[in-house]
Amino acid sequence: MGAQLRVYRQKIKSAQTTKKITRAMELISASRIQKAQARVAASEPYSTAITRAVSAVASYSNVAHVLTTEPERIDRAAIVIFTSDRGLAGAFNSQVLREAEELTELLKSQGKEVEYFLVGRKSVGYFNFRHRSFERSWIGGTDNPDFDTAKEIADAVLEAFLRDAGDGGVDEIHIVYNRFVSRITQVPVVTRLLPLEVVESDETPEASSTKHEVFPLYEFEPDAETVLDGLLPVYIESRIYNAMLQSSAAKHAATQKAMKSASDNADKLITDYTRLANNARQSEITQQISEIVGGADALSSAK
Amino acid sequence: MASLNVSVVSADQQVWSGEATMVVARTVEGEIGILPGHEPMLAILARGEVRVTLPGGEKITANADDGFLSVQANAVQVVASRAELV
Repeated sequence: MGAQLRVYRQKIKSAQTTKKITRAMELISASRIQKAQARVAASEPYSTAITRAVSAVASYSNVAHVLTTEPERIDRAAIVIFTSDRGLAGAFNSQVLREAEELTELLKSQGKEVEYFLVGRKSVGYFNFRHRSFERSWIGGTDNPDFDTAKEIADAVLEAFLRDAGDGGVDEIHIVYNRFVSRITQVPVVTRLLPLEVVESDETPEASSTKHEVFPLYEFEPDAETVLDGLLPVYIESRIYNAMLQSSAAKHAATQKAMKSASDNADKLITDYTRLANNARQSEITQQISEIVGGADALSSAK
Repeated sequence: MASLNVSVVSADQQVWSGEATMVVARTVEGEIGILPGHEPMLAILARGEVRVTLPGGEKITANADDGFLSVQANAVQVVASRAELV
């Protein structure tokens, strides 16, 4: 067998093996999207209930809470970046990191110092590679986020927020994550988590479609201030948990898409190399025939 | 008699929902019983159980930690980051 032909055959084999792997990964993430989406849907009653309660307290009491008051001067800001632990997800991680960089630029241009809280191995890798410092990081479990991690993140973020800027605390907190729109689209979202804007209308479908709900006059137990005190951290937790769930669903969708195009590319490579291999084989045969014919001719003319 | 529409919600799922005639919960100020027609209320729950009496007289109990209770127009929501039926 000719050397050329052997090389093509090797390349076809290799593309076929790669295709098997990427196809398997595609199927795995396809099945995981469903689960992740179901978890997003299952957490909805909780976040809806909390959002309603927070808006009810906020609209019927004039309690000024530390989490809702805008500081006079903002010197330091924190960004919480939600990436995944693993790659092979197309632009999933890079688009979040790019948004975070843009936000950093913006905040720095406003004269603020920026601190980072990182979620997911990819963002930690990104920061370590560039020798940039970050406040805290959480690694592992981005594929299947649990509420405990969300609580931990919320606690850390709140703790930083409640500390004075002079002691290394921060005055505002932004979150950057990928939101699952559909299996095809995942958009990076940048929102300010703290201080809370009380007028915020949440993205719950019912809330936006029906006209603004009028809350009844609530009785608070023990009193409005304590209720708000208890509710706001829970609200932050639920927002962070939601971001993590969205991000994991988006990650699985991004992986599926990336692996699908990888399989398609492998397919294309296989057809291309098969053509080339056929070509090489054919030209080898042609050459052999012409050698034989040439040899026979020489023999017969020598007689 | 009107009945209450109760839902027990935890961070990752809706634990239980259905009709009930009475809900008893422990708030930070003590136990409170809610019957249909209760005024709108938001209360912080203390560690402890929430007892729901169903129209048939059966009772179900749920554990709810760090949560709150909201009552509005005969709809009762027990919301806690961790909640489970016992």
